[in-house]
Amino acid sequence: MPKTRSSRVLIVGALLLMIVAVGLFAAACGSSTETTTTAAPATDTTAAPASTETTAAPATDTTAPASTDTTAAAPSAAGYTFGMLLVGPYNDHGWSQANYEAGQYVEQKTGAKMIYVDKVNTADRPGTTPEQLAEDLVNQGAKMIFFTSDDMKDGVVAFAKAHPDIPVLFTSGDTAWKDGKDFQNLPNVSDIMGKMEYGKMMAGAAAALTTQTGKIGFLGPLINDETRRLAASAYLGARYAWTEILKKDPAQLKFTVNWIGFWFNIPGVTSDPTQVADNFFQQGYDVVISGIDTTEALVEAGKLAANGKKVWAIPYDFAGSLDEAPTVALGVPYFNWGPAYVKAVTLAASGKWASFWDWNAPDWTDINNPDTSAVGFKKGQGLSADASAQLDEFIKALAGGLNLWKGPLNLQDGTVYLKDGEVATDQQIWYLPQLLQGMEGQSVSK
Amino acid sequence: MADLAARVRDHFTRERWINIGLQIGALVLALVLTTVILVAAGAPPLSAYWQIIKGAVGSVTGFSNVLVAWVPLLLAASGVLVTFAAGLWNIGVEGQIVFGAVLTTWVMRLMQDTAMSPALVIIIALIAGMVGGALWAALAGVLKTFGGVNEIFGGLGLNYVAAALTLWLIFGPWKRPGIGSMSGTEPFPDKLALPTIAGLRLSPWSLGLGILAVIIVYILLERTYFGLKLKATGASNRAAFLLGVPTWQYGLVAFLACGALAGLAGAVQVTAVYHRLIPSISSGYGYLGLMIGMLIAYRAAWVAPIALFFAALNIGSIQLPIVLKLDSTLSGVLQGALVLFVVLVEGARQRYLRRAGLKPGGA
Repeated sequence: MPKTRSSRVLIVGALLLMIVAVGLFAAACGSSTETTTTAAPATDTTAAPASTETTAAPATDTTAPASTDTTAAAPSAAGYTFGMLLVGPYNDHGWSQANYEAGQYVEQKTGAKMIYVDKVNTADRPGTTPEQLAEDLVNQGAKMIFFTSDDMKDGVVAFAKAHPDIPVLFTSGDTAWKDGKDFQNLPNVSDIMGKMEYGKMMAGAAAALTTQTGKIGFLGPLINDETRRLAASAYLGARYAWTEILKKDPAQLKFTVNWIGFWFNIPGVTSDPTQVADNFFQQGYDVVISGIDTTEALVEAGKLAANGKKVWAIPYDFAGSLDEAPTVALGVPYFNWGPAYVKAVTLAASGKWASFWDWNAPDWTDINNPDTSAVGFKKGQGLSADASAQLDEFIKALAGGLNLWKGPLNLQDGTVYLKDGEVATDQQIWYLPQLLQGMEGQSVSK
Repeated sequence: MADLAARVRDHFTRERWINIGLQIGALVLALVLTTVILVAAGAPPLSAYWQIIKGAVGSVTGFSNVLVAWVPLLLAASGVLVTFAAGLWNIGVEGQIVFGAVLTTWVMRLMQDTAMSPALVIIIALIAGMVGGALWAALAGVLKTFGGVNEIFGGLGLNYVAAALTLWLIFGPWKRPGIGSMSGTEPFPDKLALPTIAGLRLSPWSLGLGILAVIIVYILLERTYFGLKLKATGASNRAAFLLGVPTWQYGLVAFLACGALAGLAGAVQVTAVYHRLIPSISSGYGYLGLMIGMLIAYRAAWVAPIALFFAALNIGSIQLPIVLKLDSTLSGVLQGALVLFVVLVEGARQRYLRRAGLKPGGA
């Protein structure tokens, strides 16, 4: 009977396949030792030539003498492995890539080795938590963990409590700030943030110096203390350039913030940043400053410019992001986490880890020095020669002590934020409760 | 007669072997496909599989994380089985998990500052989750029964509504002070968490709930008259109706049961895993549960091992980006391929049996 024969063929076939599967499996087990070791990241950890730039170690304004003296001696953390959690893809041309490349910088400067997980958010990795992924990194050999997004705060706290012996660095956090509102006594947690307020002021100034319609759009991520103060900084820079440099009527400057809901696009969850940027441009906003982790605003500006529209954009976070649409980019305020991360890894590797909170300013002697400046601004081709010169003057003024976080300043609802002549404290800036008067857009998420 | 009985017995044993062989074949085909994808991506397939295995069972923490993922999968998959038995494609299970989590969170928010004992709050919260899931499922059921809306479309729509509702709550009325955060609502105090085993994230209580659910569903479907009638409804609604089974009532009950189990999964996610409501609180376990249901085609006895396998794949695959710089969605590819091939092989089997003049039996 044919059915018996074919069923036999099927059984024999299935058995054969099963044997193959078992064989594959056995082979997998057998070859595991070699394959796992070759899997290490292909970075060039060839005894970092740390001697060259160490003279310029983070002497800017950070308060850690430990890092300066330890980095002076060649590779200080060779053989040390640190783990990094990135909220977005490691190659996002934005926030996550800036962190990732800082990790590579640490590898180069200290000889330490980085392992990482990217896309650490519950939309991309459902069913996981940052603390769980951090433990996976620890199991793979990480001796300290970088949590590189404000969104990982709960994970930081949970992980730090469960593993009090493992140094934790929380980028952009305030949990280790003794004078902060969210201070938590976790001795193994330190926080690092760059004073991006300056970078955003420069971005705002570049936008105001360029706009022809007087309308600047700010593509915001989600609404929190950090994003409010950064959007406000961009506005302060724009207003200064508009009224003090260009001597124009403040009433003619429109500055609108539109929040998408998260640091990057999550289809179906956030607003589509491409769409939001496009709306800005269609409504006559000719410069869009991006506050999100990715480069949609610049890409969209590039597309529209290719069709003859006069529009520009300013990306964020990552120095290399200008390449997405070089001709319409006015510049990019970016984080340079490298020096601060070298400090952190060096401290941890040498057993000197202690809780600190660093809010690092740019190195005003050269804001774009990769070895010293926590925050930089890289100009783009879209910035005209005039505007570029005026921006330089502005940067020089900032370096000389110009403070735009000075009264009189009102909050968006009209209440007084800073009285005339009053200078904002770090707390007032960090925890800015609303957008400022003169800015349009939501101050608090509804 | 004896001759016939022997032939039938003979047929069944042979068929049983064929089935096992076919399913192993499907597994191998899925592995082959995944391997081809890995090779095409320039990745070493063997070490990729090895990393998945090591990540899942290579350490106590790893395996306990697998069990943490296993619980909601068990609940969702066994819930889905009940609706499958009644011939219903309850794709809305995802939304039922979400709405269960929403009600759990709501109840906990109401009671977290009261003097009520934490244990009581947690119990009420878990029940609230079940009620929430059942309510959401009842919506799909009512739409189907009285509105003539196919449960697939109704369920899918309700999934989106549940997800949107969660986002609105997290960024709106339930937001953290001053901040709408993707990381969810403010975490509940530690005392309102289901107790975990020291040093691990696994709660023996949620594990117990998951296992209990599978056992109940198994007994319900395989050992009760109710289960028999439910399956009769699923096999042929009209025939069951003519034989006196109140079919639409049975369908609704199946929806409610599945919803309650899914809602419990959501409640466990809130009380034992995330300790707050997050935007993707269901973690896709509803859809994974559906895949498991399809993979095991009704047989409740298989829920536990296959769900464990899927949970292990999910947790183990996290090693891929860490060690091999591969995307961990590979586990999704493997799971999808597996379901696809099993369904495909099943189709081929039935076709073959029909051609051979045999009535296709249960899968």
